[in-house]
Amino acid sequence: MSQSAKADGDQGKAGASALGRALAWLPALLEPVMRFAQRVLGARRMPWLFLAPNLLIFGTFTFLPIIINFYYAFTGGVKLFPSERPFTGMENLATLFDCRDYFDPSTCRKDIFWQAVYNTAKFAVLQVGLMVVFSVITALVLNRKIIGRGFWRGVYFYPVLLSPVVVALIWKWILQSQGVLNGLLVGVGVAPTEWLTSASWMFFWVILVSIWAHMGFYTLIVLAGLQAIPKDLYDAAQMDSASPWRVLRRITLPLLMPNLLVVIVLALIRAVQIFDEVFVLTGGGPGTATTFLVQFIYQTGFAEAIHLYGLAAAASLVLAGALLVLTLLQLKIAGGGEIKDGKAKGGAGHA
Amino acid sequence: MPDALRFLTRTSGRARLDWTDWLSYAYLFVGLFLMFGPVLWIVMSSFKTQSGLTDFPPSFLPYGQKSVQVAGNEARLPLYRVKMPDGSTRELAELRRIGLTATMIDPAKPGEEIPVNIKDREKTSELRVATENYTELFGKLSFGRYLWNSVFITVVATLITLLFNSMAAFALSKYRFRGQKTVFLLIIATLMIPPTIILVPNFLVISNLGLLNSLWGVIWPAVATPTGVFLLRQYMLTIPDELLDAARMDHASEWQIYWRIVLPLTAPALAVLAIFSVMWRWNDFLWPLIVLSRSELFTLQLALNAFQGELQTEWNYLLAMTVITIIPVTLVFAFLQKHITTGIASSGVK
Amino acid sequence: MSTLQLKHIDKRFGDTVVLRDIDLEAAEGEFVALVGPSGCGKSTLLRIISGLEPTTAGEIILDGKRVNDVSAAERGLAMVFQSYALYPHMTVYQNMAFGLENTGTPKAEIERKIGDAARMLQLDVLLQRRPTQLSGGQRQRVAIGRAIVRNPKLFLFDEPLSNLDAELRVQMRAEIIALHQRLKTGMIYVTHDQVEAMTMADKIVVLRAGQVEQTGTPLELYNSPQNRFVAGFIGSPRMNFIEAVVTARDGRGLTLALAGFEPQATINVAVDPAAAAHGTAVMLGVRPEHLEVAEGAGAPDTVTVQIAQVEQLGGHGFIHCTLPTSKRSLVVQFQGQIASRAGATVTLRIPPAACHVFSTAAGEPALPPLHGAG
Ligand SMILES: Nc1ncnc2c1ncn2[C@@H]1O[C@H](COP(=O)(O)OP(=O)(O)OP(=O)(O)O)[C@@H](O)[C@H]1O
Ligand SMILES: [Mg+2]
Repeated sequence: MSQSAKADGDQGKAGASALGRALAWLPALLEPVMRFAQRVLGARRMPWLFLAPNLLIFGTFTFLPIIINFYYAFTGGVKLFPSERPFTGMENLATLFDCRDYFDPSTCRKDIFWQAVYNTAKFAVLQVGLMVVFSVITALVLNRKIIGRGFWRGVYFYPVLLSPVVVALIWKWILQSQGVLNGLLVGVGVAPTEWLTSASWMFFWVILVSIWAHMGFYTLIVLAGLQAIPKDLYDAAQMDSASPWRVLRRITLPLLMPNLLVVIVLALIRAVQIFDEVFVLTGGGPGTATTFLVQFIYQTGFAEAIHLYGLAAAASLVLAGALLVLTLLQLKIAGGGEIKDGKAKGGAGHA
Repeated sequence: MPDALRFLTRTSGRARLDWTDWLSYAYLFVGLFLMFGPVLWIVMSSFKTQSGLTDFPPSFLPYGQKSVQVAGNEARLPLYRVKMPDGSTRELAELRRIGLTATMIDPAKPGEEIPVNIKDREKTSELRVATENYTELFGKLSFGRYLWNSVFITVVATLITLLFNSMAAFALSKYRFRGQKTVFLLIIATLMIPPTIILVPNFLVISNLGLLNSLWGVIWPAVATPTGVFLLRQYMLTIPDELLDAARMDHASEWQIYWRIVLPLTAPALAVLAIFSVMWRWNDFLWPLIVLSRSELFTLQLALNAFQGELQTEWNYLLAMTVITIIPVTLVFAFLQKHITTGIASSGVK
Repeated sequence: MSTLQLKHIDKRFGDTVVLRDIDLEAAEGEFVALVGPSGCGKSTLLRIISGLEPTTAGEIILDGKRVNDVSAAERGLAMVFQSYALYPHMTVYQNMAFGLENTGTPKAEIERKIGDAARMLQLDVLLQRRPTQLSGGQRQRVAIGRAIVRNPKLFLFDEPLSNLDAELRVQMRAEIIALHQRLKTGMIYVTHDQVEAMTMADKIVVLRAGQVEQTGTPLELYNSPQNRFVAGFIGSPRMNFIEAVVTARDGRGLTLALAGFEPQATINVAVDPAAAAHGTAVMLGVRPEHLEVAEGAGAPDTVTVQIAQVEQLGGHGFIHCTLPTSKRSLVVQFQGQIASRAGATVTLRIPPAACHVFSTAAGEPALPPLHGAG
């Protein structure tokens, strides 16, 4: 057992280093340039040279855009170039927030925006709640003494690797009116349903599909948390003749809690940004039943005939605000706002 | 008999499987069905003919309606099993159909036209694997083009990601310099800034750089991943500094230390990042959707999206294309699952 | 074949002073050991010599030239690290070749040099192995081999034997001594094991808390430690220390009353009487190997103690004794075997000639011996 595990590890290492050798031409090519750079800069300044490409890209494609985003949010017009955009102050935000009754999207000037906000909130709460429950149950099962744990873990993880477009197509094919789901229903004598054109059913399926696609990831994190619980606690509990249920309630869940909180916040951060798979699966429909915030930004800024960049940027600020709150929450949970060296548990982006 | 049962239910660890074990395995098998079932269904469907896809209720195996070549007709005609008025059944081919009545002929006696009420007939099916869904794909729909675009973006972006991220990680883990902490915090901060909230300004940046409708417009913003820097830095911290000192005594330049000493030793983490990067870039959707609007630049994901949105979706091709898109991911999964899962479990990032 | 000189070296990490005003000289081919307790700055000093760490102040002079601003690579020294720092992804051969390749040495010459070094260190059959496939001693030899092939002006060793088990340590010690005799290259050798320092070095530098306590040959340090720290550090088992008070002074030295004995014990030591006033508290030091088990009580220079434990090693042994009215204890080394058991009382003779007397003032310096006295 341990013998084969070791052999496995060696094999993996050998494979990795073979890969490394195959890719070594790239840095080897840069060698003369870097030698020259070190002569000019001196060894002490070399770390900045090593950092330069990354910082350049982060600067260009992350930090600069953050600043520009504010500019967009406070300017109007349909022009892309900042110099051609008239300053409008809070107008974009005011437009978004122009509502007679915030709890009824139809009374808002941007009713789709508010519909999207409510959809996103509803989706995030339901999806994360269900996903955490399923992830914990699955992780608990996977943490038992089962045969072929690696295989089973893989089973739940596999959909995580599929692209959102593929996920959407798979389910669209299953849910279509002539699809296999209706086929199975007919087989057991239930009337088929038009899943894809029913607003409430579609919302349900969007939640289910996104859980299907992502729960493997969270299961993995929960499982890591479970495996970090010292085994002797369970032995001790057994000596105290605790029932399995009490062990779960009094030992496993409390010790898993910190891990679970991280999972919840992480999942919330991702859920608020839901877009790809839903966009392909439903296009936001039927009607606006599954239109979420990011899709609103995409449509306002890019997809519709008139590109309202300012409005899209303003909506981005709203989204950023929500994410900021969640991120701060996460940092607070992760340990007093400091970034720990050991593990930065996730983050908002998919990189 | 009870002995045999006990023998069968014996496990390696404990004496017997109790009910919680049975429940666990039941849960797992249901999970197996739910997780793999949909994918399997797509794969099976992708081997069905266009007409086989419209069958309802659908069959699991790729059954398709039989057809025959009948003299005097150019196209092949679909075959039906028809219950004749005299009670016998015959296999007839459909010539044409108006309303509830179809005009059919016997392939053996092409001269005679037989009117048949469509209630009295049934499709004749045969097991037929429609490999043409795949073979015709390369000629049709410029599939090769999309495949190339996806592969190009994935490979090039991954190579640059590995290079840039490992350089940054090296600087952050193996040197001590002023501003180091600030830089590290900045990079970690970008982990908190999802790309979705800077779509609009990024679009401006990309178009100002002339990268709109260019594959590089997808590649450049993606190659500096905070996740990658973080992952590699954590790994490089475990490499003893004495090794670097030894290399310095050995006349190695800083760049040589980076690629001759540190990089090879970081290989396992680089492998994990390479896998992640391949998955990210292969599966990317929203950003390519914004940058690439010309169809000859579409990646596979964009192409899939475009075709599924068309009025007359040719599902047989779309399904085949989906399956091809899944293949690399599945291969990565099959061979490197352990690396991915341990990578995620140890870094908490995806 | 080089000389090394350190002048007034200071080193600070931020606000913490790690080295203070270090002076050191290593003659051509000299084997210098740096010893001192953990954290005293030995490694830091070695890294400063190597060029891996810059100094805060002071000069490093190699072959008469100031090398403060010369990089580690250019100083032409070789270092053997505590963890060996072998490149794990390279074979033994590649490990040794890496530095030579970097300086553009021709392939044939690399091969020759590695061949020579490998033969010298019996590494011939291991050249194609990776460091993980070697034993501790073999790794140690590879690390030394990697240093040798570069023909360094000086070898720097940082506790090279501390990761080996006792038996291997003795063996490698002999090998390094043989190597030094053969190559005649100077070596700076960091260790916290004073036995290593005593057996290997031409010159020992004792460091404490970033300062040099004493420099000298092993026997100088053993025979005339300049302060109580060096006296306690050099020699195994440690020197015994007994509190004492000066009760009389005359031309033959001092008379000390020793604390903690029943009956009261006094001893005459040959120390310059000008060094301590009447009534001064001092510390008497005497090595375990110099204490003698005496026949009867009452003789001059004897004390009576109780035996706490006897360690019989056959050829020699140790008696651990407790003082009747003090928490201190004494260790006595005896030759051969003795019949005494724990619990018995024993009379010990303290030979005045073997006594060291230390002041209790700051730094606890040794009091100067009486001129002309043994
Ligand atoms: N990079 C550094 N930053 C701050 N303090 C340091 C650094 N390197 C060493 N020190 C401090 O300098 C002092 C001397 O360290 P050094 O490693 O030289 O000790 P040493 O004598 O080699 O000890 P040991 O026998 O345990 O190896 C220690 O107190 C250590 O904490
Ligand atoms: Mg040290």
